[in-house]
Amino acid sequence: MNTIILGATRGMGRALARQMAARGDTLFLLGRDEDQLAHSAADLQARGHEGLPGTCVCDLADATTFAPALSAANAALGTVDCVVVTAGLFAPQDQLVADLALTWRLFDVNLTGTIVFCEAARPLLLADGGGTLCVFSSVAGDRGRKPVALYGASKAGLSYYLEAMDHTYRGAGMRTVCVKPGFVRTGMTAGLKPPPFAGDPDPVARRVLSAIDRGTPIVYAPAMWRWVMLVIRGLPRFVMRRIGF
Amino acid sequence: MATTDLATTPTPSPAASGSLSTTDTPPTQIAGWGRIALPGHEVFGEDLERLSARPTLFRGLGRSYGDSSLPASPSATVVNTTLADRVLSWNPETGMLRAEAGLSLYTMNRLFLPARWFTPVSPGTQFVTLGGMVASDVHGKNHHVAGCFGQHVRAMRMRVADGRVLEVTQRQYADLFWATVGGMGWTGAILEVEVQLQRVPSPWITQHTEQVGDLETLVGRLKEVSRTWPMTMSWIDCLKRGKNMGRGIVFYGRWADAKDAPATFPAWRGEVALPVDAPSWALNPLTMGAFNFGVYRSHIPRHKHAIVGPETFYYPLDYVRSWNRAYGLSGFTQYQCVIPDDAGLRAVVRFMELLTASGAASFLCVMKDCGPEGEGLLSFPKAGTSIAVDIPVKADTAAVVARLNKLVIEVGGRIYLTKDSFTTADDFRAMEPRLDAFLEARQTWDPERRFASAQSVRLFGDDPTGAR
Repeated sequence: MNTIILGATRGMGRALARQMAARGDTLFLLGRDEDQLAHSAADLQARGHEGLPGTCVCDLADATTFAPALSAANAALGTVDCVVVTAGLFAPQDQLVADLALTWRLFDVNLTGTIVFCEAARPLLLADGGGTLCVFSSVAGDRGRKPVALYGASKAGLSYYLEAMDHTYRGAGMRTVCVKPGFVRTGMTAGLKPPPFAGDPDPVARRVLSAIDRGTPIVYAPAMWRWVMLVIRGLPRFVMRRIGF
Repeated sequence: MATTDLATTPTPSPAASGSLSTTDTPPTQIAGWGRIALPGHEVFGEDLERLSARPTLFRGLGRSYGDSSLPASPSATVVNTTLADRVLSWNPETGMLRAEAGLSLYTMNRLFLPARWFTPVSPGTQFVTLGGMVASDVHGKNHHVAGCFGQHVRAMRMRVADGRVLEVTQRQYADLFWATVGGMGWTGAILEVEVQLQRVPSPWITQHTEQVGDLETLVGRLKEVSRTWPMTMSWIDCLKRGKNMGRGIVFYGRWADAKDAPATFPAWRGEVALPVDAPSWALNPLTMGAFNFGVYRSHIPRHKHAIVGPETFYYPLDYVRSWNRAYGLSGFTQYQCVIPDDAGLRAVVRFMELLTASGAASFLCVMKDCGPEGEGLLSFPKAGTSIAVDIPVKADTAAVVARLNKLVIEVGGRIYLTKDSFTTADDFRAMEPRLDAFLEARQTWDPERRFASAQSVRLFGDDPTGAR
């Protein structure tokens, strides 16, 4: 499988890229930092990738980087079977409330940037017969909740877009996989107290990889979050107003 | 810190809303493998250079038994390196590996043993990181031929206390290099390690095991086999006294030649986890005696020979992922010392007498003959017999350790800091003639003790507020 992955240098993207490399997929890495991309490419080669994966700088906050990065990837891979976006921005609610410029940036990256990137990548997939678009949203987008009002809103918008992509293009062969991670212990959640059902990147990546292979439209990871969110989506508003979750 | 990342940051979790700053959150309990916890802050992350911008003690997989990787005070922070686990360069022709400090030996074995490259020195568990292997200057069954891990290290990238990031080798900043090798993290933070792996003829090991009935024969046998075999060690039933004292099993082996080895690759074992903490009464003389009896008596015939995989040979305890829970919530310490050769067999016998008389020892005791002292200023091994024993923590454990230390000091031995929780500052000074040289290097590289740990507070009287 030929895969373009944006966000492979860290966290869940790193774990997913390693599993793809180990099973023989061909990868092309996109990310903001050239050095980090080079390090991750070397790491993936040592972990089983045939030769060094190609890399190109691409920043979700800068839409002008999308087209050059995608065409470099397309040229290197020949055909594109899968595009994965694990990159995104997170900040705690209190920090976002206190810093509206940061809030703006968060929506820029998680919502506008990600959607525009997907729009730019979609023709590549469709031109090669469809393939899979796999994007990391979040369980935070499933319900309006006090502790993640802003971050959750950015992910809710993204989840809606991904659902519509799936409805629109599955007939044309492009499958859209919306990943909704719960709490996963990565550099991003460092310093936060892990709640119950916290997960680790490797098992989450295994789950995501199997969802990509099967074309599952929505995947919660760790799996327990599917049931947690089922309950939370079912809670009446007067309960949501009272609880802190 | 999360907010400085954009595109390359993974999509994170949702549910949490706490601040990312660790200083305004309450401290959590952090423990080493012996489960004796101390309060402090632990930060995880992929970017060690950024996480060490403010000099901070690093820890890896937390397999040091005592307080080596624990924060100096409840307000202090330690950086956990395990997310920084990338291979930065790998040359399959030469076996030269450079990687981030959090890469585990477990991963290294899985990546490189299929191509017949193995770590030059392996401790008794794979759940250690490269950085931890340097900081402890780990030794293994091949110490008498290969020395410690540090001497195979070609270079390290380090954050030092004045904020610089340095490429440190055996030639460049040599004083820092040898103070860091075995230096328990007190000289700076190890960001990357470059190490020469060992070419092995096959991924299999030829293993011999012999049942031995008493201590004198066992120590003699260890010396004998180490003349011709590159890997040696022994297990001793340390509950036995009198004429049965020191009865045990001597292990020795070497990497199997390709012609003797199976054509297949040894299967990586699954793991089981000990799901609960054993209750405090579970470890008693009866259960421990029965275990030791079983291990000794089931060794039939007296001399066995087998071709085994490296996990069987090197990491038998890794099979039970959380075996430390067998010691319950009160935890345990491991006492490991080396009795120098020039003190003679008599000193080993005296040590075992003292140990068995104390009644403190639990299951098995590991004994191994060490080769000569290396260049690491605080590295543990020196020519002699290394003895390691697990001791469940009880009210008198500090006193037991003090009695053992007294004997070790008298015979010119020393203890292994990686295992230690109870040694006093005075005892450590008395057993470590190289201490002044180390402290001088530390004064040069970290005069304000920014890389202090709970262990350095205990052993050197560091001001716990030096580490933030």
